[in-house]
Amino acid sequence: MECAGSTDRVFDPDRAWQLHPQVAVRPEPFGALLYHFGTRKLSFLKNRTILTVVRSLAEHPDVRSACRAAGVQDSGQGPYLHALGVLADSKMLVVQESK
Amino acid sequence: MTVPRLIEQFEHGLDAPICLTWELTYACNLACVHCLSSSGKRDPRELSTRQCKDIIDELERMQVFYVNIGGGEPTVRPDFWELVDYATAHHVGVKFSTNGVRITPEVATRLAASDYVDVQISLDGATAEVNDAVRGPGSFAMAVGALENLAAAGFSDAKISVVVTRHNVDQLDEFAALAGRYGATLRITRLRPSGRGADVWEDLHPTAAQQVQLYDWLVARGERVLTGDSFFHLSGLGEPGALAGLNLCGAGRVVCLIDPVGDVYACPFVLHDEFRAGSVRDPGGFAHVWRHSELFLELREPASAGACASCGSYDACQGGCMAAKFFTGLPLDGPDPECVKGFGEDALAGTAVAMVPAAGSSDHSWKPVTLGRTMGSTRRATGAAAPVV
Repeated sequence: MECAGSTDRVFDPDRAWQLHPQVAVRPEPFGALLYHFGTRKLSFLKNRTILTVVRSLAEHPDVRSACRAAGVQDSGQGPYLHALGVLADSKMLVVQESK
Repeated sequence: MTVPRLIEQFEHGLDAPICLTWELTYACNLACVHCLSSSGKRDPRELSTRQCKDIIDELERMQVFYVNIGGGEPTVRPDFWELVDYATAHHVGVKFSTNGVRITPEVATRLAASDYVDVQISLDGATAEVNDAVRGPGSFAMAVGALENLAAAGFSDAKISVVVTRHNVDQLDEFAALAGRYGATLRITRLRPSGRGADVWEDLHPTAAQQVQLYDWLVARGERVLTGDSFFHLSGLGEPGALAGLNLCGAGRVVCLIDPVGDVYACPFVLHDEFRAGSVRDPGGFAHVWRHSELFLELREPASAGACASCGSYDACQGGCMAAKFFTGLPLDGPDPECVKGFGEDALAGTAVAMVPAAGSSDHSWKPVTLGRTMGSTRRATGAAAPVV
């Protein structure tokens, strides 16, 4: 498993990402909770749109298209890319191996 | 989206707890003077293996990510490892607290092989003298032996869990060094006057000056130290956000406790009939208690600032810890007994004959437990009623 934290310090939204296989997602009224069983860290998704993006990342060739599919156009992606970058830093997200 | 909005959501409660403490047994090989759950003897009504597995199934359905298993000493239950394996196989991670009694080299090797089990070793002194006065003779050597076994087996990042007291607050750097030696992480939490802790709280809780010392230490060196968000009553001492964490009482909102007989309480520090929300044996089980118990719904309502309304620090500390107030006889809408502005001490002085709640039905102590001889005598703060067994 490639380790996003150590090899890709810069979050590249043009690459294909996915949830770390050890991360569990629990939807909540405000968004969702993420829990990483490996690092034992908890994170919060603060709305349902980012939840949709996170859950669909694996189906997209890059992050921007996942955002677009969730209804976030390129001009509004800044906060989402920032949030996803934070998740990548904490290893909640990893680069898809095969792409 | 801003952070306060998220905290508001937490105040209204979640579909399932984030942090669930499950005390598996009241049985314990030690008799710590400050035991929150007044443990000692096993309760004959404790949940069976089957009932425990049913709870794990329910936690899996509710997507509770992990449980904090404690006791008593949970590892003395004959089915303990079976339950740990069952939980992790059902996507419920386990973090368990132990005094180390069963952490042999063989067990340590098994634990090191799992990504889904975390171990927390309790230690209340960085030296045997300070630790054993509270936790009993030999308990320091036992805990350190467990840490050695875990490190030797390659178990990474065990937790060393310390309850901060008047006698160990000067040892925080030593605790951090001890953790470093075993590749472990230090976790420090607040002493609560709960269970047998009520009997020793006056003698053991940090003084006002020590509270400031503790706060300063956390701000300066606490970055890698876990606290379970337990020191939010200190947040009025500095800038908002200087202390990591949510700074919010999570009782019934993000936290709750299941006790060994299946009773559900608002938090691990209020094992008392007044904070009993229901039982996992009730129709609808744990999920029903979490979502519909009157007590939990009440705790999710906005709390009144009460006597603290005019204090400029209320936004920072939210009035402090419910359990600390309850077990020192203070009103729940008043200041914390360790209020950093001194209002708690004033309130305690004003209620010298306050009704401190009797121990209630959950006392499982072997016999009256007293502080080790280095600590002086014990006394219950206000001479409350004897435990009802």
